[in-house]
Formats: sequence, C-alpha cells, structure tokens
Amino acid sequence: MTPVGTARPVTDVTAAVWAALGTVRDPELDRPITDLKFVSEVSAEDGHVRVRLRLPTYFCAPNFAYLMVDDARQAITGLSAVTGVEVVLEDHFASDEINNGVAAGEGFEAAFDGLAAGELGGLRRVFLRKGYLAAQERLCSALAEPDVRLGDVPDSPVKEAFLLRRAELGLDCTPDAYVLTDPDGTRVPAGRVAPYLRFARTVRVSLESNEEYCRGLLRTRYKEYT
Amino acid sequence: MYEKDGISYYIVDGHVHFWNAAADNRNRFGEGFIECFYGYHSSLSPAEWVWAKDKFDRYTEQDMIHDLFEVGYADKAIFQPTYLKDFFPAGFNTIEQNAEIAARHPDRFIVNGAFDPRDGELGLRQLEEDHRRHGITGVKLYTAEWKGSSRGYKLSDASTLHYLEKCQELGITNIHVHKGPTIWPLDRDAFDVKDVDVAATEFPGLNFIVEHCGLPRLEDFCWIATQEPNVLGGLAVAIPFIHSRPRYFAKVIGELLFWLGEDRITFASDYAIWQPKWLVEKFVDFQIPEDMQGEYGQLTTDVKRKILGLNAARLYDLKVPDEMRATGSGSGTVASPEAAVGPA
Repeated sequence: MTPVGTARPVTDVTAAVWAALGTVRDPELDRPITDLKFVSEVSAEDGHVRVRLRLPTYFCAPNFAYLMVDDARQAITGLSAVTGVEVVLEDHFASDEINNGVAAGEGFEAAFDGLAAGELGGLRRVFLRKGYLAAQERLCSALAEPDVRLGDVPDSPVKEAFLLRRAELGLDCTPDAYVLTDPDGTRVPAGRVAPYLRFARTVRVSLESNEEYCRGLLRTRYKEYT
Repeated sequence: MYEKDGISYYIVDGHVHFWNAAADNRNRFGEGFIECFYGYHSSLSPAEWVWAKDKFDRYTEQDMIHDLFEVGYADKAIFQPTYLKDFFPAGFNTIEQNAEIAARHPDRFIVNGAFDPRDGELGLRQLEEDHRRHGITGVKLYTAEWKGSSRGYKLSDASTLHYLEKCQELGITNIHVHKGPTIWPLDRDAFDVKDVDVAATEFPGLNFIVEHCGLPRLEDFCWIATQEPNVLGGLAVAIPFIHSRPRYFAKVIGELLFWLGEDRITFASDYAIWQPKWLVEKFVDFQIPEDMQGEYGQLTTDVKRKILGLNAARLYDLKVPDEMRATGSGSGTVASPEAAVGPA
C-alpha cells in the first residue's frame, strides 16, 4: 500500500501503521478503509503516529464515521514502537465531536451528548450480519449445497473473507461446521437454501453498489482520477 | 413525451427541485449539503452535463423549464419541497415558491407538500392549509432533517402516524419518503427503512414511495416492499449509474424488478442533481447485459413505459394518451388515490 498524499518516506513504523489500518473496515461497506482510500496520510515522529482520515461526503453518517476513527485508533495503539496516536477525521460535519470523542475514549453517547441513546455495538452487529451474508453468497453462488462443510471448500480469498466474518460473529469456524448457516449460526434448511441465497445476493448487490457510489464520490471530492 | 424507434413514452419526472443554495441562503451545514449534492452531480453525470458550481447553487426558472420540458421529455414533473431551514434559512425549496412556478407553467407540474411531525398542531393546520390552497395529493418527508437540537424522526413515531391520519383524511395519498444520514438516536442506522413498514401496514390506503429505492439500504427496502404492496421505489440516485456503472445499474434494476415487479418503480431525476434528458434517453436504450439476462431477464417496452411514467400516472391520476399505454396487463397492486378517501 502506498501512502496517499504523504511526502514522508515510508518508515518501519508507518508501514506497520498502514498494515494495521488495513484491518479496519468501513462497517457499512465491509471493506478496508485503506482500499477505500479513506486514509489520506500516515506520519510518525519519534513513535508518535498521526493519521488523517477522509470520507466521500461531508454528511456521511456520523455513527459509522465514529466507528472507523475509533477502530483506526485501536488498531494502531499497541503496535510496538508506537508511543502516541492521533487519528483525525477531516472535512466532516461532525469532525470535532468524533475526533474529540475518540481521543477522550468515553464512547459515542458521550461524544454526541443528548443525541444518542447508547453505544454502537448493536449497529456494528447489524452490519456484520450484512457483510456475512454478502461474503457467504460470494462463496456459495457456485456451490449451493446444504450439506457442504467448511472443510469441503478449497482455500481461497473468498473463503478466507467468509471465515473472518464468521469468526467476528462468534460462529463455528471448524472444518466440520456447515457453510450454510444463517448469521445466528442456525443451519439453513435444505428447502430454504435457494430463497436464503437469493436474499443474500440482494445484500451483496446493495453493498457492492454502495461501495461504487462511495468510491466515485471520494474521487470527485478529492479530485483523484487515477 | 419521448419517442424512439417508433415507440412513444409518457414521461413523469417523479422528483424535481427548484432550490436556493446560494451563498446568502446557507450556513456551513447548508454549504456542506449542497457540496454533497454537487459531488453526486459531478461524480455521476456525463462530462458534458456537469454544471459550474455557481449555477448549481442557484439556477434559474428558465433553466429548469428548458431542461425538463424543452430539451427534456417530461410530460409532468413533481415538485418535492425540501425545507432544511436549519441549513438554508429561507428554505431549500418551499411549496409556496414551487406553486408560483407551477402557476406560470400550467399543466407542467404537480405541486407536492411536505410535513414535519415535530411541528405539532401548527404543522397539522399548515398541512390542511397547503391542501386547501394547492390541492396537494402528495407529500415529501425528509426524515433526517435537523430541527434545533433534533436530528430527525421516524415514520413509526406516534406523531408521524398522527400526520399520516390527516393525510388519509384529506386524500393526500402519495407519501414520498427520503432517508438521510442522521436520525435520533444517532447510534441507530438512519437509513433503515423498517419504520416505513410500520406506516405502510398501518395505512394500506396510502402509497409510500421510498426515494432512491432505499439506497443505501436496497436490501432492506426490497424486503419490506415484498411484504407491503403499497410501498414503491423512486429511481432517483439509482438511475444515473446507467451511465457510469451500467453493470451495477443492471443489478440494481434487476433486483428491484425481482422483488417489487414492474408496477412499483418510478422514474425520477432529482433535478438539478441530474438532467432528465440523458437519463430518459439512456434508460430507453438500456438493456440488461446478455450475460446477466439469465439472472435478471430483459427490460421490455412495457417495463420501460411503466417506470418512465405510467406508474406515476396511476399514483397521481394522470391522463395518458392511448398510444403510450402498456400493451400487457400489470399486477395493479398499488393503492389508488380513491382508496384513501373511501369508507374507513
């Protein structure tokens, strides 16, 4: 990954930071924020890391934005040789609330005092389930057999992505586990496989087209046509 | 009316604006809002249709008439007022302003109203007044609108249901729902359309037209629309993909046709975000790519005619010339304007 817009040479620390940021996903699009080009700069000075984030529009939903800033901060905190972390979301209507809130570490509800009724765990889980369905449909579009187990499926990036989302939902990832379980871990009955995957396809189409919108809007906003 | 290859199409543009986002009518949020619109405009329009930002902030009435009716093909265009007074002090586009323009151009526009359930009794009286003065049969609701410290509302709120009762009583049958990025409480998904499900079940005599087909929650929208026959999708925002991402557009329209069928999708440009001329031309020329037809089938002339105008004509009781009607029969599952004023 090549840093965007940074004049600094890539050091060991910044390379490690970029790698850590590559594990942070936009919860709504289910894609790494580095792939989406939401990270505009990573810099490090004597172990103090500064990350600049940007989003496709000024009015991107503040709850997802908060999760990305918070996740980015957590992914970097704890890396060896990192002594301080500053993650800054720029050009957003709620930049101040989000940046200050994440830095203070008091949570979303405190950051948006009076405007939120809780933390974002529930929201994250709703979107983990969507990401799970989309990843499952990608894996199963060619093998919609109800009896297939994880161990029967050859290794591939598509399978790996599915396993990661399974693990995040706390589902069984052992080779004996059935591939076709719903986001709660319940097996999809043989007679329900086709409609289940049909809806999963709609979820995948939705996530993929949202991603296309966001990529286009980001390119336009930051005038990057490469 | 648009004609291509000897086939004529009746065109209803289901969502147009005449907005004022000029520098003297916006705060920093208004500036961010119109920047965001401009991002959509310039990201998804063909290069030759991209305006300068100044023009985009405040175009003229002549621009609008020219674009919609002179070079554009609309038989009717529906004004969807959007107030956003916390961003644009004099309003982004208001019913009063829209009604004045409509009066200067007879038979061109349908003037819709708007309500905000947080306006209480005063808002209900205003809705009655708008209905009396302008004969509105539809309203646009923007659930993410800021109002003081509030960051939006839901259709399932008791106060909204109360307003919808009033709509039913007055014969305002077309409820256009537009979701945005904020809603109270902010920790929930603001784009979630489940509240539309609640309202649509409660009011089977009203039509709920979900703008941009629930995007970015296409899947949730499709799910509720299969269960609620009075839920429709407006194609604004989704349809410009036809130019920049035609294969994605094929998937989105394919999904919509699979779940909703051809009678519940309506064309809209969201003018001036997009110019209807190229949208209509490209849509009529569009076909699902061959390698995807096994999954999604083909767009027939009837499907295109229904989406471009006949479905909206049914909602708004518009007269369609015989030669532009669909040749097959539709499913006819949508509530008619009469249904809401019938016996309770």
